[in-house]
Amino acid sequence: MKTIADIVLMFLILSNLAFLGISRLKTCIRILALQGLSLGILPFLIHIPAFSYDSVLLAVGSILLRGLIFPYYLEKAMRKADVRHEVEPFIGYSFSILFGMGLLFISAWLGFRLQIPYLLTSRLLVPSSLFTIMTGLFILISRRKALSQVIGYLVMENGIYTLGITLVHEQPFIIELGILLDIFAGVFIMGIMIFHISRAFDHIDIDKLSSLKE
Amino acid sequence: MRPLVLILSPLIAGTLTCFIPNKIINRILLVCLSLGHAGVLLSLWIIPEPPNTGNWIHLDQTGLFFLSIASLLFLASSVYSLKYLQQESVYSSFPDHREGDSSKKNEKLFLGCMHFFLSSMSLVTMSQHIGILWVAMEATTLSTAPLIYFNKNSRSLEATWKYLVICSVGIALGLLGNIFISVSACQTGQTASSLLFPGMISRAIHFKTIWLKTAFIFFLVGYGTKMGLAPFHTWLPDAHSEAPSPVSALLSGALLNCAFLSLLRIYSIASAAGLASFAQDLFRLFGILSLIFSSIFILGQNNYKRMLAYSSVEHMGILIFGIGLGGLGAWGSIFHVLNHSFVKAALFLISGNILTAYKTKSINKIQGILHHSPLTGILWLAGLFAISGMPPFGTFFSKFMILQEALRQQLLWQTILFLFFLSVIFISMSKTILFMSQGERCHLEVKTTSLSEFICAVLPPLLLLSWILLLGFYLPDFLRNTITEITQQLRAG
Repeated sequence: MKTIADIVLMFLILSNLAFLGISRLKTCIRILALQGLSLGILPFLIHIPAFSYDSVLLAVGSILLRGLIFPYYLEKAMRKADVRHEVEPFIGYSFSILFGMGLLFISAWLGFRLQIPYLLTSRLLVPSSLFTIMTGLFILISRRKALSQVIGYLVMENGIYTLGITLVHEQPFIIELGILLDIFAGVFIMGIMIFHISRAFDHIDIDKLSSLKE
Repeated sequence: MRPLVLILSPLIAGTLTCFIPNKIINRILLVCLSLGHAGVLLSLWIIPEPPNTGNWIHLDQTGLFFLSIASLLFLASSVYSLKYLQQESVYSSFPDHREGDSSKKNEKLFLGCMHFFLSSMSLVTMSQHIGILWVAMEATTLSTAPLIYFNKNSRSLEATWKYLVICSVGIALGLLGNIFISVSACQTGQTASSLLFPGMISRAIHFKTIWLKTAFIFFLVGYGTKMGLAPFHTWLPDAHSEAPSPVSALLSGALLNCAFLSLLRIYSIASAAGLASFAQDLFRLFGILSLIFSSIFILGQNNYKRMLAYSSVEHMGILIFGIGLGGLGAWGSIFHVLNHSFVKAALFLISGNILTAYKTKSINKIQGILHHSPLTGILWLAGLFAISGMPPFGTFFSKFMILQEALRQQLLWQTILFLFFLSVIFISMSKTILFMSQGERCHLEVKTTSLSEFICAVLPPLLLLSWILLLGFYLPDFLRNTITEITQQLRAG
């Protein structure tokens, strides 16, 4: 179990680096789907005894949402908004990757230093989730397209989810469900807004949304 | 039982609204529901609920206070939006809404989201579990985003996008706070109930300090973003100025309070764990920062709704500064919640009247409101006096208490900064509002207000303002006791 968990976490780290270096939006969405799928099975790899109906239900819901529904919806939004397929970052790809390496270093240093009050299945859990959160934040601020911002938000959410299943062992079912629902509704509304932005402006470049400046 | 009614009835009404095709029925439903909501709350003031026995959803005294404010403002806003929606369907295009096409405005969605907004706010004030609180706070963001987008023009689109992304990310950081606080609580046998607020406060002394501090910072950033504390306030002026006026009133008067309430709940855990001074230092820092930022942007502002929005940032700064002082400052701060909400909501409603009459949001195109519509002009002036804390209004006393406590603790520099920026804001706001109210009669004809217009558009802000005026003269015992109880709960432990 531990080895499989480690493999999943390694994949998480690599996929984050891929987000920073890949120029095509569609590929980014595909990687997001893979990330969502792999995170769905992670809870069963890290605490084996907790195998209840609730956790299975949540895992299925999470896989469905993060692995299938969100990516499908984002691709649909991309097609409808009819955007060009490049990510168009403010910061170049190679520099982004370098920056990502720096973030990885920081999160590894932080994650290994933190005093977690209980035993974890894998030492990689905390560093990789911190890295995912930071990558998400970095994507949020360094990309021009509204769609990339949604991807950044979801990557960050993936990181928080990983940290959550690592550190909080018994999150009540209803709250997990509520969080999942909120994220679902949030992404749904963001998708609609992207569609409206593309219709109103013929682009979804956030840096050109600047009529409300001081 | 009754708390559940408060959450579920708007939810049901909102769903119904989406299916009822008739506009008039939907509008009446909104007003009836807000009346009913306020009525149930009134019954809760008269016959209180039994004390909490470990429920996740329970309306305690603090929640009751905040929810009552929200519910009264909701009532005012929903009466106001009757007229607003009618005007929206009559006037097809304001110069300010040029890109907007009124035929596309979705009134059904507007009314439905108003219901959902009320429901999510009720849930925020009642949640006793830290996870539920998070879910409810995110739900308020989601239910208000379509409301801000109501005008469907490019500016409201930009405002909504910023609001959605910045607040969602901010609240996601709050979720990290949830994770960290449960780590800090975990050593004593962890069950689901251990993340209830009363339980956490009683066991807070055993929490791991370093994790609790980390959690507190994440909560402050997360819910602080939602509350509009500088420097996380960047979404606020856009969203509050581009939203329709009844919604702006609710956003500033009720929703910011909900975020403030969340911070209060977290603060009471931190103070019970012996981290009061750590939390208070941070609170005072962000309070002063908010004052600085808002005063800079109010100075030279040429959009009166943005000016009001920045004034909300200022007042959130005052609130958090007061809590950061503790003692009388905290008392004044809770009192100020009530004062600020009512006054700011009234001002936003009046600004809606001005927008309808003059069809522009820029200050230098408006003159002579007192001439053109005396009632609105007088209210606009009274609002200025109330928001800047002139003596007969309640705001004066709450601000004065905060100042008094700051002086008593001999925080000389902070007091000077507090006073300096307050006066900068006062000068620039009064210059603006006096300029708008007085002056030559411009191209507009003197208009007589019809009765229905008076009831819908003038009476709600008039009542809100006069209540704050009244509070300046006489503070009823039940309010005094409630505020005292809330401040005592802050220091519990």
